[in-house]
Amino acid sequence: MVLTVRAFRCWLTVYRRIWRSSIWSSILGPIFYLGAMGFGLGSLVDKHGTAALGGVPYLAFLAPAILASSAMTTGLDESTFPVYGSIKWNKIYIGAQASPLRPSDIYRGHLLFMVMRITLSALIFVVIMSAFGAPRSLWVILALPCAVLTGVAFAAPIAAWAITLKNEMPFNVVYRFGMIPLMLFSGTFFPLSQLPAWLRPLAYATPLWHGVALCRSLSLGRPDVLGDLGHVLYLAVLAGAGIWAGARTYTRRLYV
Amino acid sequence: MSEAVAVGGRMLPPVGRLGQLRRSAGGPGGLRLIERHARVYKHAWIVFVSGVFEPLFYLLSVGLGLGVLVGRVAGPGGALIPYREFVAPGLLAVSSMNGAMYDSTFNIFFRLKYAKLYDSVLATPMRPAQVALGEIGWALLRGTAYALAFTLVMLCMGLVHSAWAVFAVPVAVLIGFCFAAIGMTGTTYMKSWQDFDYVILASTPLFLFSATFYPLSVYPRAVQDMVAWTPLYQGVVILRDLTTGAVGPGLLWRAAYLAVLGAAGLYWSGRRIGKLLLVLRARISPQTAPHRLAVPSAWPRLREHRPPAGTSWPMPAL
Repeated sequence: MVLTVRAFRCWLTVYRRIWRSSIWSSILGPIFYLGAMGFGLGSLVDKHGTAALGGVPYLAFLAPAILASSAMTTGLDESTFPVYGSIKWNKIYIGAQASPLRPSDIYRGHLLFMVMRITLSALIFVVIMSAFGAPRSLWVILALPCAVLTGVAFAAPIAAWAITLKNEMPFNVVYRFGMIPLMLFSGTFFPLSQLPAWLRPLAYATPLWHGVALCRSLSLGRPDVLGDLGHVLYLAVLAGAGIWAGARTYTRRLYV
Repeated sequence: MSEAVAVGGRMLPPVGRLGQLRRSAGGPGGLRLIERHARVYKHAWIVFVSGVFEPLFYLLSVGLGLGVLVGRVAGPGGALIPYREFVAPGLLAVSSMNGAMYDSTFNIFFRLKYAKLYDSVLATPMRPAQVALGEIGWALLRGTAYALAFTLVMLCMGLVHSAWAVFAVPVAVLIGFCFAAIGMTGTTYMKSWQDFDYVILASTPLFLFSATFYPLSVYPRAVQDMVAWTPLYQGVVILRDLTTGAVGPGLLWRAAYLAVLGAAGLYWSGRRIGKLLLVLRARISPQTAPHRLAVPSAWPRLREHRPPAGTSWPMPAL
């Protein structure tokens, strides 16, 4: 545990020099998205009728979903190129290898940093979406840890996989065929009931849908205890499996 | 005839009058860079092909989901059109922008800083302006392929209502050119990957607010005037008018605006790449960095031909 924190502090040292640019995009990104999609597009949707959304304004429907999907995006951004780059380009892992850190410490330390990044940007998002008046209830406070869990459910397994790669090409495939369709078809921008029946089970199986459903039910103040626990369990299992696998794949790649 | 010159320990071939002219016009060097990229992407074809799918996913998501939620909106001619017909040309413009920006920022930065591609390119007779031209040429070729695929899908989905849509592909390429040139200029100022947060910071609002997803009339008057200045908005308007058939001579002005922006970016990025790769190296003297000398014994002779300290290396004009 002590060693994990040490590996984490290495990333913290790096981040202390670069936090400015990332904080800007964490603040302005949500404002842009909520402004354009929530208000701009929302004005068209609300005019047309919101019965399909359960009678809430489009902004209230959309904001928690973007919270979950931006947690996923942050998780992916931190666990793909940075992990691969740490062994290939800037060789942070190679340096860490020469210290008393074990490969599993390197992994957990980096994962801790990813959790910190996801939490930070999700926190900023929740604050901004509250300022926009999107949440319908105080339960939205619980949506924050749920969004972080969603992010980790992606970051932990992806980092465990990224370390095994020999070139960076598969990341493009993950972004194009993984992240983008997930973002578009996981009930983020429109309710899943509009998908064709044969596509729906596929959408229900994706981790992002569980994150979106979880955050949305909390933000709208309609928590469904049993269903939400199911979502949490699904995401936790995914994150746990990633953490388990990560210690192993890192050991295989970094053990000398 | 001018003499052979050495820059930073690098021998450059003599440049004749004709050669100067040809080089300043770009010359065939740009094509060589394009060939190099084509060969590299043979091993990464999946990356190339996957770019086709991204806008298609967006189009599908609008067709299946958002379109139903939004219903009909006012099109360019004022008539109400289904939402997906409204959004499709916007998505084409956005994907041209994104493709060009991605190619000209992330990829070029990687080649500049990590792959050191241009260091080796400039050890050949190729000049910085040709690098700029070759990179942008490659980005445009890629953009053409994507725009063609997207337009065909629009046609198959019945989202095209005018024969003017044949111009959609060249216009999409023009949008790509404009953003590739601007993006490349920006990349030459970047210091680290963190600076790319600023690229996203610039392209996200363009993507979201340039009347891509909803008509400009949603905004208050002042904001409308501001948005009208963005290159993406101009591109979206041209494409939307072409696919819905509301074509007028005003479109030529909008296209000229994009072309001028692109040409300015191309000129500037050529200068910047030259500065980054040649002049900075030329200022390194053998005393400060002896290990950088490839041919120490030849140095005294070559050094006479270096531009005196403080003068910048004469750059070929575009």
